[in-house]
Amino acid sequence: MNTRSPMSRRAFVMGMATSAGLALTGCTQTDPPTYGNVLRMGDLLTYKAHRLLLPSHSLAREYDYRDISSVPAIGTTNPADPNKSWFNEEYGPEYDRLLTSRFSDWRLIVEGSVTHPRAFALPELQRMASRTQITRHTCEEGWSAIAQWTGVPLRSVLQAVGTRPTARFVQFHAYDSYADGIDMLDALHPQTILAYGMNGRDLPISHGAPLRARVETQLGYKSLKFLRRIVVTDHFDDMGKRGLIQTGWSWYAGI
Amino acid sequence: MSHVAALLSHPSWVRICHWLVAVSYLTLAVSGFLILMVHPRLYIGEIGNDLTPALLTLPISNNHRPGELQQPLVFSELPGKPVSAERNYPIFNKNGWARSLHFLAAWVFVVAGAVYLAIGIATRHIVRDLLPRIRELAPSAVWQDVNNHLRSNFASSRARSGYNLLQKLAYTSVLFIVLPVMIATGLTMSPAMTSAFPVLLDLFGGYQSARTVHFFGFAALVLFFIVHVAMVIATGFREQLRGMTWGT
Repeated sequence: MNTRSPMSRRAFVMGMATSAGLALTGCTQTDPPTYGNVLRMGDLLTYKAHRLLLPSHSLAREYDYRDISSVPAIGTTNPADPNKSWFNEEYGPEYDRLLTSRFSDWRLIVEGSVTHPRAFALPELQRMASRTQITRHTCEEGWSAIAQWTGVPLRSVLQAVGTRPTARFVQFHAYDSYADGIDMLDALHPQTILAYGMNGRDLPISHGAPLRARVETQLGYKSLKFLRRIVVTDHFDDMGKRGLIQTGWSWYAGI
Repeated sequence: MSHVAALLSHPSWVRICHWLVAVSYLTLAVSGFLILMVHPRLYIGEIGNDLTPALLTLPISNNHRPGELQQPLVFSELPGKPVSAERNYPIFNKNGWARSLHFLAAWVFVVAGAVYLAIGIATRHIVRDLLPRIRELAPSAVWQDVNNHLRSNFASSRARSGYNLLQKLAYTSVLFIVLPVMIATGLTMSPAMTSAFPVLLDLFGGYQSARTVHFFGFAALVLFFIVHVAMVIATGFREQLRGMTWGT
């Protein structure tokens, strides 16, 4: 290595400068942004370390039927409740209408960086090959609970719409106006499902009816309830004020 | 007291690692306490929440109010007849920044600790100055050092080489028992880590058990910190502080 030429060093420096410049422009953002915030830099370090060091697609522990425990319903427990702080003028009344029709008018829109964007009715998702798993819900607050979840693997839905090779992130939009996303590695994880059943019943309203995400390799807040729309993106989208990262929470919650 | 400080001549890498560890330790302790306040209950096993019995409920926040939970769901067909309840009261929760700060400080702590261990082993500092000799562990020698501490006779309790026996035992048990357990139990609370290494859950008997052990490790470290600072004050605060900062 004692014949290192100044040319390759210059090329290296230019390469570093270019990637730094691209990272600043934002439009080619392929990592969660830090906004110059030291806490978000720490989050990014943890995310990068996990992606670098941990084997991909190792499964979260699955439990026995008799391990199913009591489980609190926190966060939004009914998007149609106008007396709650989470009530959204746009989606609240819409969710109320869906409740009246017992979700027969509900559609999951899947779009973005896909070849065949489409809207799925609940029976369509239920007809696809399902996965049932008994897993631990781990809340950032410090509590945990075990429940049985039944749903369609997110990877099956993504295969059905045909994600483009450039796709990097999957963004969830919900009826309680939350919006958050995961990277393609977690999206294609075999245990990442869109659940419509809980403990052998239809998913209860307080747990995100008619469809919620289950991201078993991350904390509970990444498993968005009351899904409305899924957008596949090539770049990181912080989704403006609606995005969870904007409220001061780590985007990556594998820890 | 000046001869005490004269005995302590800390090399620069010890001083740098000491202060990095001190700052990250305090940050971890404060942010960890804030995180604990959000759910001030401890359990054994994999699960534990407001609807299940706790091993211990700490009176450090008003977040646990069983009387104010609404129970709209009973899964009566399941073996344990589990329930689901809604919480209709606001809780104290600063986890958005407290958790991120905790993990940022943990990075600093682990890197400084790893550098300390690597240099400490390479220079034989740990073997030479920290690990107790076999003869030091004789019951009469232990009793002698306890007596010296009880009589605040720190000068004569000091062995020729530097640290006295109780000091060596305190440092090595924190370094080789408490801190590894804190790191391992911390990682056991990470869903991504336990997916990659499920053995962590078996090692501590579940997510909540690991969280409970993490809390008692925190309590041990707070006790160590209090005694450490008390001994620094008892043996000459200014000299000790100067010794650990400037090396003289």
